[in-house]
Amino acid sequence: MARLTYAQAACTALAEAMRADPRIVALGEDVGRGGIFAQYRGLAQAFGPERVIDTPISEATIMGAAVGMALNGLKPVVEMRVVDFALCSMDEVVNQAAKARYMFGGQGRVPLVARMPNGLWSGSAAQHSQSLEAWFAHMPGLVVVTPATPADNYALLHAAIESGDPVIYMEHKELWGTEGDVPEGRRIALGTADVRRAGGDATLVTWSSTVHAALAAAESAAQRGLAVEVIDLRTIWPWDRDAVLASAAKTGRLLVAHEAVQAGGFGAEVAATVAEELGIPVKRLGAPRIPAGYSKPLEDEVRITPDKIVAALVALCDRQGPGKIATRR
Amino acid sequence: MAATVSSSNVQRLLSLYRTMLRIRAFENAAEEASKGGVAAFGAALGTQALVRGPLHLSTGQEAVPAGVCANLERTDLITSTHRGHGHTIAKGADVTATMCELFGRASGFNGGKGGSMHIADFSVGMLGANGVVAAGIPIAAGAAHALKLRGGKEIVACFFGDGAVNRGPFLEGLNWAQIYRLPVLFVCEDNRYSATTATEAMTGGEGAAARAHAIGLHGRVVDGNDVEVVDAAASTLVEEVRAGRGPRFLHAVTYRVKGHVSVDPAAYRHADEVSRALEEDPLRTAAEKLAALGVTAAEVERLRGEAEREIAAAVAAAHAAPWPEAGRAYDDIQDTGSGRWF
Repeated sequence: MARLTYAQAACTALAEAMRADPRIVALGEDVGRGGIFAQYRGLAQAFGPERVIDTPISEATIMGAAVGMALNGLKPVVEMRVVDFALCSMDEVVNQAAKARYMFGGQGRVPLVARMPNGLWSGSAAQHSQSLEAWFAHMPGLVVVTPATPADNYALLHAAIESGDPVIYMEHKELWGTEGDVPEGRRIALGTADVRRAGGDATLVTWSSTVHAALAAAESAAQRGLAVEVIDLRTIWPWDRDAVLASAAKTGRLLVAHEAVQAGGFGAEVAATVAEELGIPVKRLGAPRIPAGYSKPLEDEVRITPDKIVAALVALCDRQGPGKIATRR
Repeated sequence: MAATVSSSNVQRLLSLYRTMLRIRAFENAAEEASKGGVAAFGAALGTQALVRGPLHLSTGQEAVPAGVCANLERTDLITSTHRGHGHTIAKGADVTATMCELFGRASGFNGGKGGSMHIADFSVGMLGANGVVAAGIPIAAGAAHALKLRGGKEIVACFFGDGAVNRGPFLEGLNWAQIYRLPVLFVCEDNRYSATTATEAMTGGEGAAARAHAIGLHGRVVDGNDVEVVDAAASTLVEEVRAGRGPRFLHAVTYRVKGHVSVDPAAYRHADEVSRALEEDPLRTAAEKLAALGVTAAEVERLRGEAEREIAAAVAAAHAAPWPEAGRAYDDIQDTGSGRWF
């Protein structure tokens, strides 16, 4: 067990994987100097410039070359800097990486991990603050992972590299400095959620940095008499339906909270599935469909805070009948 | 003095000519089988088409894949384009499995999942046609990057069209290959059309080779309708690439005899332009050279018949081949979460 930051946890996992498997290479802008979030610190020194490859600012070709590497026997870990810049590589992700194995009838595979730091990045405005996990979840062929803690970043990055599929690996831009205990050698199977807090009154499904807001919200709700079960999905595709349905069946209410724009967000998929399967009240909480503004009062409009989550929980539970919250006090 | 029929240059030209004949026969048969296959350019969708969807024919461009691939080993790799039948055949892929793929049959290279636009035969190093213009360029760069890290003598030949030079991946991919000194031969198969638009009208400056030169790639501009010229240029460039001297660029100027897709009558170009181009047909040029070298018309005819019979047999086999089971639509997507379709 080591005390590591979210960035150090990823760096440790990648170093371990690279030591164990010479087919793994890392490539992207600035990775030779540790990456802009220090998530590659020391790797160029440890593995040399042939395996930690500094690239031009050519997102399409970073991703496309990684596809060519993967089809030819390597296991590339691709750095896109932020998900917003990964948008320059969408043909390579969507039409090439996600589809090559299928289109070619299984003749080739694309075992690559594309790291696309996701979400709000305080004060960075509209082109550096997007949460696009739903885009990739929509795409057959891709796996989508959103770690919320240093321990999960370590274990899930290992799992992503080991999976053999193209994985969209979405660390969160504001979590790099968060610290936590990281159990060495731990693995988490992709597609398994984690119950972060148990509770019987409502199920709160979330992922990525919103997990932390959700836990704070659950604490506050507990003081108002509401026992909220917080589920961190961890993997967006395949998402852990069984864990969500089991919890929602127990609590009878579901809230999904995420930083992405609510309209068409992945929360809609989770909520619709629960409504279809269980017929219980569901509610979504995401950002309004506006770009992230630079100025703090503007940015705050799109940030999902514990207060907003508590308000949504109260609204969800009140829908069951007036006085629901009061009687629990 | 004319060379004797048995000399090595005659044998070389005969071999190149045979490859071109096989590609031409394949394209003609595929064109026939595609009638009614796609609703485009005013054509209605038929019900009986054997080859479905858009079919991009390389008729008239055969000298480029034939001349380049004659200089490649089986273990070398290529990436191709939406107009990729010629590259596939020239790299050594089986024509029956290629035709079966166009027919959407289980015995096609891709099991019917790809069709013409995604045809691939990894067993001969053919890493796939691509439905997106220029998309093969970064993939070729990456495949070459892997070759370089692994060591060894294999190289990648990356085929793309003149339209591709106006997409970003052309700049990015050539620059990538150059800065890492990767073993790639970039081949711009210039058929002078970007879909239905003359590429010249859409391209600033001096075009493909000048752009490559600006990135530092040595290259040549050649008559892409003369298979001996393509062969000779490719031979030199492949040798340089294989020697580890970095990427090279071959700009081979040819002509797209057919429309953008098989149902496109290509009425946007002048009849004179087409008739002039037909006079420079690469098969005709090669046949004339063979005649000058003393190869009889009967021998040329025999080769043509042989190629046509081979392709006719491939068509017959594709007709008879089984369809993929519907359940195969669900495999080879991803391992993680396989079985979760909703």
